[in-house]
Amino acid sequence: MATITLSALRHSYEPDPSRDEDWALKRLDVAWQDGGAYALLGPSGCGKTTLLNIISGLVRPTEGRVLFDGRDVTDRPPDQRHIAQVFQFPVIYDTMTVRQNLAFPLRNRGVDAATIRDRVEEIAAMLELTDRLDRRAKGLTADGKQKISLGRGLVRDDVNVIMFDEPLTVIDPHLKWQLRSKLKELHQRVGRTMIYVTHDQTEALTFADQVVVMNMGQVVQVGTPVDLFERPRHTFVGHFIGSPGMNVLPCEGLDGRHALVGGHAVAVANPDPGAPARHMEVGVRPEFVAFAEPGEAGGLPVAVTRVRDAGRYRIADTRLNGTVPITVLVDEDTPIPAEDARLVFHPDHTRLYADGWMVGAQPGGAA
Amino acid sequence: MSLEVRGVTKRVDGETHIHPTDLTLEPGAFNVLLGTTGAGKTTLMQIMAGLERPTAGTVWFGGTDVTGVAVQTRNVSLVHQQFINYPNLTVFENIASPLRVARRPKAEIRDRVERMAALMKLTPMLGRRPAALSGGQQQRCAMARALVKDASLVLLDEPLANLDFKLREELRDELPRLFADRDCVVVYATTEPTEALLLGGTTATLFEGRVAQVGPTGTVYRQPDTLTSAQVFSEPPMNTAAVTKRGETFEMSDGTTWTAPEAARGLPDGAYVFGIRPHHVTPHPTGAHPVALDGLVLLTELSGSDTVVHFRHGEGEAAETWVSQAHGIHALRVGQVARLHMDVAQGLFFDRAGARIAA
Amino acid sequence: MTKTVNQKAWLFVLPVLILVAFNAFIPLMTVVNYSVQETFGDNTFFWAGLMWFEDVLHSPRFHDALLRQLTFTFTILAIEIPLGVAIALTMPRRGVWVPVCLVTMALPLLIPWNVVGAIWNIFALPDIGLLGQVLNGLGFDYNFTRQPGAAWFTLIAMDVWHWTSLVVLLAYAGLVSIPDAFYQAAKIDGASGWAIFRYIQLPKMKRVLTIAVLLRFMDSFNIYTEPFVLTGGGPGNSTTLLSIDLVKVALGQFDLGPAAAMSLIYFLIVLLLSWVFYTLMMRNEDS
Repeated sequence: MATITLSALRHSYEPDPSRDEDWALKRLDVAWQDGGAYALLGPSGCGKTTLLNIISGLVRPTEGRVLFDGRDVTDRPPDQRHIAQVFQFPVIYDTMTVRQNLAFPLRNRGVDAATIRDRVEEIAAMLELTDRLDRRAKGLTADGKQKISLGRGLVRDDVNVIMFDEPLTVIDPHLKWQLRSKLKELHQRVGRTMIYVTHDQTEALTFADQVVVMNMGQVVQVGTPVDLFERPRHTFVGHFIGSPGMNVLPCEGLDGRHALVGGHAVAVANPDPGAPARHMEVGVRPEFVAFAEPGEAGGLPVAVTRVRDAGRYRIADTRLNGTVPITVLVDEDTPIPAEDARLVFHPDHTRLYADGWMVGAQPGGAA
Repeated sequence: MSLEVRGVTKRVDGETHIHPTDLTLEPGAFNVLLGTTGAGKTTLMQIMAGLERPTAGTVWFGGTDVTGVAVQTRNVSLVHQQFINYPNLTVFENIASPLRVARRPKAEIRDRVERMAALMKLTPMLGRRPAALSGGQQQRCAMARALVKDASLVLLDEPLANLDFKLREELRDELPRLFADRDCVVVYATTEPTEALLLGGTTATLFEGRVAQVGPTGTVYRQPDTLTSAQVFSEPPMNTAAVTKRGETFEMSDGTTWTAPEAARGLPDGAYVFGIRPHHVTPHPTGAHPVALDGLVLLTELSGSDTVVHFRHGEGEAAETWVSQAHGIHALRVGQVARLHMDVAQGLFFDRAGARIAA
Repeated sequence: MTKTVNQKAWLFVLPVLILVAFNAFIPLMTVVNYSVQETFGDNTFFWAGLMWFEDVLHSPRFHDALLRQLTFTFTILAIEIPLGVAIALTMPRRGVWVPVCLVTMALPLLIPWNVVGAIWNIFALPDIGLLGQVLNGLGFDYNFTRQPGAAWFTLIAMDVWHWTSLVVLLAYAGLVSIPDAFYQAAKIDGASGWAIFRYIQLPKMKRVLTIAVLLRFMDSFNIYTEPFVLTGGGPGNSTTLLSIDLVKVALGQFDLGPAAAMSLIYFLIVLLLSWVFYTLMMRNEDS
């Protein structure tokens, strides 16, 4: 069990990185608490697998240090870091029984037979594998095999961190929630540091207390699921988290408290300190946009171009000034005006972004 | 030109894959086949395409019997779940291949491929090979190839299933636009209720080789004929409970009672199966008739803008897993006892045989 | 799922069926025919029943040839399979050296069998051959044309040189198909190099190794050209393997009946042993 500190980390697969885009992983400083549940979330190619491999020791970072409990492990190979990993596709030892699989890491470390037996049975009970202990591991279903992979990490008591690399890829969709539930329960029970890598927002937000969102080699936000939904620090987070994603509308600054969107003033939650003029945008989630009541004054006049029924809500596509698309989420029984449609933004959830970053928040890793 | 499936059945080695099925599919809107894996969607599509012969029954297209007519001689396009492209051809040649087979003139091929590529946002990739593309681009290439040839029947078999969810969202948004001005019958198979809803058109719910219900997508969703159809069209799964109506009151098997909402007053006294979709069971009371349910939280799934709570309600033998779905992030901890609220006015009532009883 | 039945497909397969009939089935039936008849070379045949089979099965000459054959086959299997696996394990799994290694490995397989026999014949000659001179120079009394032991040594060395590559290539194909995750997991589990071999590499190579064993078994049982060119079965009868003996009986003495009976027994032995190997190696291979 350990605190994990990534200090001034940078990595490039190029021999001689010079340009910004040569870096597969841009400068990163993160400190992860002992016993926490973390997720690395991002689209493919965002650098999350590189980061995972740096933590596990399969990749040596070009710059920076990796510290476990303050001890520098940057130069240590994976087997000396005391980590466990569950891979995308189940890795089990085909010729062994479930029991032998679970005992394998302990046997390799010369643990005595009685301790192995107790430990294996304890972990098997936790994973609900007791009745299958003496069966060939090969015959189990995909979720059973993934449990074995996880179990081989859990039997050891020297594990600093357990890492998951898209572990539910091969699991049947309707069984996924049960395995997710098992993982949550186990994390609460064993209190180990766990890092979960995925491109799927549901996987990440369901598992982790703190989610690290990455894009193009950069950490764009570290936060709780509520932070990512309600206070995205970057327009990418707003787009990537949530379905449909956040509306990002070009704007001009007005008086600090308001912004001009297509010529209309919109109140924002984060005041603009009036920094040098950059590319300014307003971000507001479709959940926080509503049609103005007929008598209500103000709002952005839009044309409704399409309404799609998603069952429990409807998605209205609208256009401001005929060009700027704005998506609105409308409840099942709220009417959509046929004419004179005007949109109002929830001022607490409407934010100003400069060059992609939320105004008032510093770019970089720290939350 | 519509496609008609008349009394089609399919048996393989004594096992029935498709029970006698009648369907009429019209051009102009999506015809969605909704059902879980193994419900018979793919088999039905292969029969429609002429890739398989039905054990009994006939397939008619535009008034002609096309049962068993080989797919090569019909104007059919098919997109699979797996991204199937010619690996040694460029994207341009991949998209052009059906037109080359049809021996279209060069200038026309170039023109049509370029227009299709622009629509599918593949223009910069035209010179590349499929292996150099991302999963989403590969699938768009496969779709472009299927759509470039103006087929009169387009079959899409879970085309988005293997894509990341953001891409799925984007393509789901684009697809209806692609077919907006084409005169062809479009059949779309999916396992996801949300996908069916967003594509609109007509939906047929399939379960174990039988069509449970056919109709306009919104109607099938809101007024399911049967419990089966409702369950197929609910993800997360619909919650069900055995209830008894006595006068103005409903009683669940665990003793929870509530006063019948207006819409259900007209039901005769007796036993029913009460079905309620997860989004009408929420952490905070909503609607006109909220009824409290206490439960032990098994898992809180967060999907970015949604919270799905799996919880156990009831004691001992009678305990059942319930699902709640609410907008926004509601962090209920695993193992916590929580009070959730179901808006009983939104519930549906089914008889013992599973037929919906409209009050 | 069923596939559409296409009757035309049979037409496409027909030429192959005819070809197989002519070069396999019909010759086999001819052999069966010979094995139950006697002829005196004037194209008249008499029914002989199972006489030839009894003769062959009771013949000490056949027993000796079969024993030599089994010794040869099991010796080369015991050397080539472990050696091939060992070489495959040392080969690089990625990088610029992969094609170089693969081509080098494939070279012996490209040489015609009679050429292999001729190369080794000259190579091993005690007076002018490199191998013969070196061994004699080192103080060994080595002459493969005179000493049965030396003849066996040369024969086995030649087969190992010629065919280990095949095992290497098959084992290598099995090795490269193991995903990296397995090695990473084993490292994380603290597995030793031996444990990685025993619990990951060997089980994952099982299928290709089964194929390698079967191929090498059948090929070595049918080996003819190389020993014929190298030793001609000598000195004496010391390296007369089954196939060489069969040719001597059939063409040297023109005893068609016994030769036919011997071929059939030979064929059945190969079939039986192949089946035994296959069942043993695929046992436990459920699902």
